[in-house]
Amino acid sequence: MASEKGVMLLDFWVSPFGQRARIALAEKGVQYEYKEENLTEKSELLLKANPVHKKIPVLIHDGKPVCESLIIVEYINEVWSDKAPLMPSDPYQKAQARFWADFVDKKVYDCGSRLWKLKGEEQQAAKKEMIEILQLLEAQLGDKKYFGGDSFGFVDVAFVPFTSWFYSYETCANFSVEGVAPKIAQWAKRCMERESVAKTLYDPKKVYEFVCFLKKKFGVE
Amino acid sequence: MEEAKGEEVTLFGFWSSPFVHRVTWALNIKKIKYKYVEEDLCNKSDLLLEHNPVYKKVPVLVYNGKAIAESLIILEFIEETWKENSIMPQDPYEKAIARFWATAAGDGLWQFFITEGKEREEALASVINNFELLEKELIGKNFFGGDRIGYLDISVGWISYGVPIFEEITEFKIITEEKFPLLHAWMEAFSSSEFVKDTLPPREKLSERYRKVREAIIQKKN
Repeated sequence: MASEKGVMLLDFWVSPFGQRARIALAEKGVQYEYKEENLTEKSELLLKANPVHKKIPVLIHDGKPVCESLIIVEYINEVWSDKAPLMPSDPYQKAQARFWADFVDKKVYDCGSRLWKLKGEEQQAAKKEMIEILQLLEAQLGDKKYFGGDSFGFVDVAFVPFTSWFYSYETCANFSVEGVAPKIAQWAKRCMERESVAKTLYDPKKVYEFVCFLKKKFGVE
Repeated sequence: MEEAKGEEVTLFGFWSSPFVHRVTWALNIKKIKYKYVEEDLCNKSDLLLEHNPVYKKVPVLVYNGKAIAESLIILEFIEETWKENSIMPQDPYEKAIARFWATAAGDGLWQFFITEGKEREEALASVINNFELLEKELIGKNFFGGDRIGYLDISVGWISYGVPIFEEITEFKIITEEKFPLLHAWMEAFSSSEFVKDTLPPREKLSERYRKVREAIIQKKN
């Protein structure tokens, strides 16, 4: 990679992982170049920037690549530290934030994928799991404005992109997020009042169109 | 030994867990005094389940009554709470690289260990690809952390004793001095370090455990 000055983000429009990076950059007011990747035909740049996983998002800052969305968000937070801190300063609170962001990472995407990929009993099991995940997260949120307390923080950034997938999860598996985790549903609405989130997330119906496209592609009825 | 007034540090662990070892090494480097509780993973203590209700796993570090779970998160907590003998790089980019390799270094290794035939070949190709890149991180350095052991050395430290055991059981040598001279040298330097050498689990016992786990998994598949 040429050591070009500036910030570039290699991404895919609907990726919730990419959206984490976009939201963090927006919160910090960082100017960057967005490059949409064709995931069926990955660019040379992407393969060079992420030789291990060959995945998006990749943040390239002054020619140096940073991979893995949560690592990217922490990097953005540390480099552009003058504005909108995304992490608490207390080590224990930081550890808690990292724990729950990691929990979202481990659980939400995989379980969500099973909701639209599977049918019958397997789908029911995934649905049960998703409800448990949402309720655990709701218990963490409690009555706070954001997971970060009064400030929009690391866990909020990690989880909010998945809120645009709620409609798809609900439609495929026949349940209601508001019904099982009302505080999460309200939190999602509050987050959409933030410009960084509103300008990054796609309409849930558009995400659902994408899910339908994937279902067709994978031969799921 | 650092024992600040009224500081209570407890580590819940299991003798063979590489995730627990990471925490042990960090506590040793930081010279933190702590109490160790060996868990019976077939009969987990109420205290462990109370401190880690989400995953119910080890390691868990309890500091003045507050529980922190997930080994890499514990490492960063230790770094931020005890400022002396720093293990993290200062530069944000170097931190990002260290955090990346902390999880990526092991990619494919377990797959390599528990599969056979074509699946194993594919896993091995992925492991070799990763190790080639990881090797580059050691250029001009004794440790990933530079002159001293750091966060990344601690995070991937399990490679120093785990890979030789995998190699022995699968009868395939991955990290040879010829192919990976820097990694090979690092393994020796890391495992003989004062902070590590007395913490390693008995090799025969560990090897036996991994052998049994592998046999069980392969048998189940066939």
